[in-house]
Amino acid sequence: MAKKTGIEISLAIGEAAKLANADVVAAYPITPQTHIVEHLAELVADGELDAAYIPVESEHSTMSACLGSAAVGARTFTATAGQGLELMHEVLYIASSMRLPMVMAVANRALSAPLSVWGDHSDVMAVRDTGWIQLFVENGQEAVDNVLCAFRIGEDRRVLLPVMVHLDGFYLSHVIEPVLFPEQSQVDKFIPPYQYPIPLHPDRPVTMGAFGPPVIYSEAKWAQEVNLRASKKVILQCWEEFGKTFGRYYSPVESYHSEDAKVLLLTLGSFSETAMTAIDKMRGEGREVGLVRIRLWRPFPFEEIRQAVRNAGVLIVLDRALSFGGPGGPVCSEVRSALYGEAKKPKVIGFVGGLGGRDITPAGFEEIINRGIEISQKGSKNEFEIFGVRE
Amino acid sequence: MTKPESEMTWRDLEIGSIVAEPGNASQYPTGDWRSERPIFDTNKCIKCGICYIFCPEGCVGRNTEGYFEANLFYCKGCGI
Repeated sequence: MAKKTGIEISLAIGEAAKLANADVVAAYPITPQTHIVEHLAELVADGELDAAYIPVESEHSTMSACLGSAAVGARTFTATAGQGLELMHEVLYIASSMRLPMVMAVANRALSAPLSVWGDHSDVMAVRDTGWIQLFVENGQEAVDNVLCAFRIGEDRRVLLPVMVHLDGFYLSHVIEPVLFPEQSQVDKFIPPYQYPIPLHPDRPVTMGAFGPPVIYSEAKWAQEVNLRASKKVILQCWEEFGKTFGRYYSPVESYHSEDAKVLLLTLGSFSETAMTAIDKMRGEGREVGLVRIRLWRPFPFEEIRQAVRNAGVLIVLDRALSFGGPGGPVCSEVRSALYGEAKKPKVIGFVGGLGGRDITPAGFEEIINRGIEISQKGSKNEFEIFGVRE
Repeated sequence: MTKPESEMTWRDLEIGSIVAEPGNASQYPTGDWRSERPIFDTNKCIKCGICYIFCPEGCVGRNTEGYFEANLFYCKGCGI
């Protein structure tokens, strides 16, 4: 019988990596993910997880070490956040273009300066183009479930890509929640053993990471893009299988009270649960509002987004990251772009808020929705609306 | 012999652009990168082997008479 435990989500993620039987953990601590890698260090030291723990000297080395371990066919796990994700930036592209599966939990943290350890999505948005599969989770259960799914998805022969599991820094990483951990036997059946098709081995020498001159680079990049897009099918299959096995179903875009909603709010990550409270209250007052959440960030779920918002008149996107001097919210720009060619689409209003750990309460979400509706009617001279800034 | 790169389609590439044929870098004519080439003067050559030792590519070798010369298929013309 699966056991429900009250556990800090960071520790739960460590436990998930242990359930998945990770072989190598190469990690560097950084707030707010430190508890993940510290817990894994304890599990390895105590002999509860049979893995090689490599305490590297920086996040750049973290990712470099993970490349190596994935290349020889070891199940690889790590975690990072904010500046750490940025420090390994150049190696992220390499992990995906070399098709090396690994799972990385990212406790989303604001990027400096000023120095902020608190949560927002600026670190995520900075790595949009890196070619990794990227999933968002909204609570502890989802974090554990999707770390397990991430191993299965990334290591699937049809995919062979690294996977990031995004969880909000502090809002999720440092919160204690009840989590139902699957049994080890169930996880062993759910995640097949990892076998890299052409692993690095002295008996069968190959070259990994060779240079690609202009004559071949475009072909290599297109092959990568085709593969990342094709991974969506495997992700859906995995989530379907996960639902059948464990009873919890996940999908690329999830909706809440959206069927007859005239106004939709779009959020990613843990703020979605707060927004649901606001939606509940407004629905109770007879307002036709609903919530759409993106769970699968890369590959971007074009069809699901279009389907989810088609019948709404207004779509208000809340971004927790700001693309300076540009269209404001990265998620908003991507959603707008996805909807551009659609004959029937809502008016899209972008809000940026919740930066650097600034909370948005249910009342705040109500205000965002009301202002968004007002702007959809009266227009605005702004490209996007900044929320919560004291003027 | 692998397909020349200029003829490879994106489907021909190995996963992650791995080069699965060990040692096939030897098929790559790095000599094409050259804009200057070394001249080996057999009148001056004393067969000391210093050019062989210093060549960054290891493409200087001895000919049948024992004089050293660069393999122009690989020689990048570094000017060392």
